[in-house]
Amino acid sequence: MSERPAPGEVVLSVEGVSLSFGGVKALQDVSFDVRSREVRAIIGPNGAGKSSMLNVLNGVYHPQKGKIRFKQKEFADMDSHEAAALGIARTFQNIALFKGMTVLDNIMTGRNLKMRCNIFQQALWIGPAKREELEHRRAVEEIIDFLEIQHIRRTPVGRLPYGLQKRVELGRALAAEPELLLLDEPMAGMNLEEKQDMCRFVLDVNDHFGTTLVLIEHDMGVVMDISDRVVVLDYGRKIADGMPEEIKGNQKVIDAYLGVAH
Amino acid sequence: MAPDIGTFDTFPKLLLHHARVRPSRPAIREKDLGIWQTHTWHEFAEEVRALACGLAGAGFRRGEHFALVSDNRPRLYAMMYAVQCLGGIPVPLYQDAVATEMAFPIQNAEIRYAFAEDQEQVDKLLEIMPQCPTLKRIVYDDSRGLRHYRQQELLSYEGMLAKGREALARDPAFLESEIAKGHGSDTAAMLFTSGTTATPKGVALTHHALIDRAKVAAELENLGDADVVLAYLPPAWVGQFIFSLAQPLVTGYCICCPEAPDTVMMDMREIGPTYYFAPPRVLEALLTQVSIRMEDASRLKRWLYRRFMAVAHRAGGAILDGRPVSLADRFFYFFGDLFIYGPLRNVLGMSRVRVAYTAGEAIGPDLFKFYRSIGINLKQLYGSTETSVFVCIQLDGQVKSDTAGPPVPGVELKFTPERELLIRSPGLFKEYYKNPQATSEAKDAEGWFHTGDAGYFDPDGHLKIIDRVKDVGKLADGTLFAPKYLENKLKFFPYIKEAVCFGDGRGTVCAFINMDQDAVSNWAEKRNMPYSGYTDLASRDEVYDLVRDCIERVNRDLAAEPEIAGSQITRFLILHKELDADDGELTRTRKVRRRFIGERFDSLVDALYAGKDAVHVEAQVKYEDGRSGTFSADLKIRDAKTFAPAAAKKAA
Repeated sequence: MSERPAPGEVVLSVEGVSLSFGGVKALQDVSFDVRSREVRAIIGPNGAGKSSMLNVLNGVYHPQKGKIRFKQKEFADMDSHEAAALGIARTFQNIALFKGMTVLDNIMTGRNLKMRCNIFQQALWIGPAKREELEHRRAVEEIIDFLEIQHIRRTPVGRLPYGLQKRVELGRALAAEPELLLLDEPMAGMNLEEKQDMCRFVLDVNDHFGTTLVLIEHDMGVVMDISDRVVVLDYGRKIADGMPEEIKGNQKVIDAYLGVAH
Repeated sequence: MAPDIGTFDTFPKLLLHHARVRPSRPAIREKDLGIWQTHTWHEFAEEVRALACGLAGAGFRRGEHFALVSDNRPRLYAMMYAVQCLGGIPVPLYQDAVATEMAFPIQNAEIRYAFAEDQEQVDKLLEIMPQCPTLKRIVYDDSRGLRHYRQQELLSYEGMLAKGREALARDPAFLESEIAKGHGSDTAAMLFTSGTTATPKGVALTHHALIDRAKVAAELENLGDADVVLAYLPPAWVGQFIFSLAQPLVTGYCICCPEAPDTVMMDMREIGPTYYFAPPRVLEALLTQVSIRMEDASRLKRWLYRRFMAVAHRAGGAILDGRPVSLADRFFYFFGDLFIYGPLRNVLGMSRVRVAYTAGEAIGPDLFKFYRSIGINLKQLYGSTETSVFVCIQLDGQVKSDTAGPPVPGVELKFTPERELLIRSPGLFKEYYKNPQATSEAKDAEGWFHTGDAGYFDPDGHLKIIDRVKDVGKLADGTLFAPKYLENKLKFFPYIKEAVCFGDGRGTVCAFINMDQDAVSNWAEKRNMPYSGYTDLASRDEVYDLVRDCIERVNRDLAAEPEIAGSQITRFLILHKELDADDGELTRTRKVRRRFIGERFDSLVDALYAGKDAVHVEAQVKYEDGRSGTFSADLKIRDAKTFAPAAAKKAA
């Protein structure tokens, strides 16, 4: 793995990004940065452009204007496989796992980019392929241990409750050993206990692997508790950026969430 | 070849003995990162020796107590042996205990050193540090989440081991002399009783008592170093202590630590233990799972299961006991074994079980017979922390569902006029720690231990326990009232998880029922019954009818037993919450604390006896994260039919 930037250094910066779909302006001139090893939250009311922003960050959408700089390299736009190769992984708002496959196999797919042997070597399972698979299996087992999901290792994902599926998805993203992890509503639809568990895992990931996290979340309690800095979007524009305490008191943010008489 | 326990009279001496005679045999296994990792006796003993030196280097002194809070892990056991090497006394604590419950043992024994499995346990110990000024070192195993902890009390297991290795290399003679200083009469461990009634008492057990009992029982069952045991129950419980420390040391068998509490079933199937212990509640949970899965099976499978279980019920136990069985039944049982019982044993992880014990609570006769009928040699035993477990064991071929078998060699038993059981055995405890009064009350001048259990010998000389002496009561008209006997009968129904019966000194018997959520929700699902949660489900009329049916079947059974026919259950209610050890309603070993529940829910008891149809309840609940809140609900109360005593009809 390439050398990691020192904690606190800017790893990702977004400069003047605009994205539109026909007449819909999803993002308008948005700029912010993410520092190494921080937990950065993106919040905003429904339709504010949060998921679009995340999709720009990992190359699913290509913005019409603006630049993204990741680890000193500049991209007008990048493709999602480039983003993955650079060390950006993500989870999805709607769970996107292989339902018929086991937890173990799903997490193993997260190692895909790390696999060096070609398909024939893997099919024959000879020498290097065998060694490589053992290595990957070990990495996957460490993630299983980390996320405390040993008991469902062999269970097909489709049979698991929602909260556990979310955890498996996090596991798959972790399997790529990302430097930057994008989480799209990791706690949506969870009950209190599942949320508490998830918060603990998110913080543990940040602490244990030194992963930089960008997350979208609607639960304000969660956001204010676990993030270091918060960006607020509304109608595709950035309306605030700062520490959780500043955001809590920001009049624009309060207006955006509660609505204001015009 | 069993070691001579005269020469090897302490745990550490036995450990080194095994490291010499069977160095490359497995001593302990643990599933880690999905793979079973094996430690041989040699490797394990080396780790213990180094660890002991590390512990000595950290200032641990002979005769001191050492607290351990951990699930079953090789490192937990290594730590216990290391403590014993230095003449210290391990005090394992229940790993699911809340912090405040751990304070008492640590204060009581003025403990300075503790071992914690992970961050969770470290946090608990740090939380009680202010109340426990003596505690000054916490050795932790798993460092996850502890990186930013700066408390100077913390010490990593690896760190201690590394220092110990250096110290051992410098001066190997030190440890030899420390181990040689140990005697069989030293205290080997202190286990705190679960405290059904009062504050816990520390039971001090000597090396000699534990080793002697372990050996006698091992010889009785022909245990050897080829046996395998799954260590899955709390290490603070005396049974686990015997099965995973004392007995491996007298036989050389291997113990296996599951990966996580949730994986026990799977791990058991992988390991295939040959020697197994399960309290009735575990066996019950397993059977409930089997029944639920059978209900979901196809019609043909259900039919086959019912037919062949009927054969097993008729012939299985007799075949296991070697009693005569008709040729037809033998024939059917053979096929059943091939297609039903064998696969079922495999699913349960019991294919290789040679000897299985159950104890701790009375076991429902049907539950007991179920396991025996499918060919598992499940036997009951009687014992307690104070007796190093083994007092009575059922012998192969002489197993009955309602007794605990004859006394094992070396044990003397007798009864007081109040039917209280007294025991004299080499396995008796040394004392209750710092509690000479309790010690002298429990153990009289002639060395008889007063168990507090009421019972008698049956005609074959087997011990039969009915209840605690103090719990056996009488109804207002003088009818014998043994609440536990009734509760056990109720609990055998899959839909009833716990029951609490009241009636001492009153006219009739009334009961609180705790439904089994798994079984009842499955049942409700089958009937397309919508419900919003536990409390809602528990208040449904359909569920009440279901429970009433169970109670009436118990009443019918009771009517056939002349002595207690009068104690049939007349009224009941279904509780709005599950009884929980965290709320103090169950002990940590999940025994019902009847008196406490009676006081806590006194308004419910009053309503049962006042003849009301419903009662409003408002209760304080403690959530799992430690917060508490209030909760209110209306509980229905229903009558159950009773039956006229069918005197002597079924006496034969």
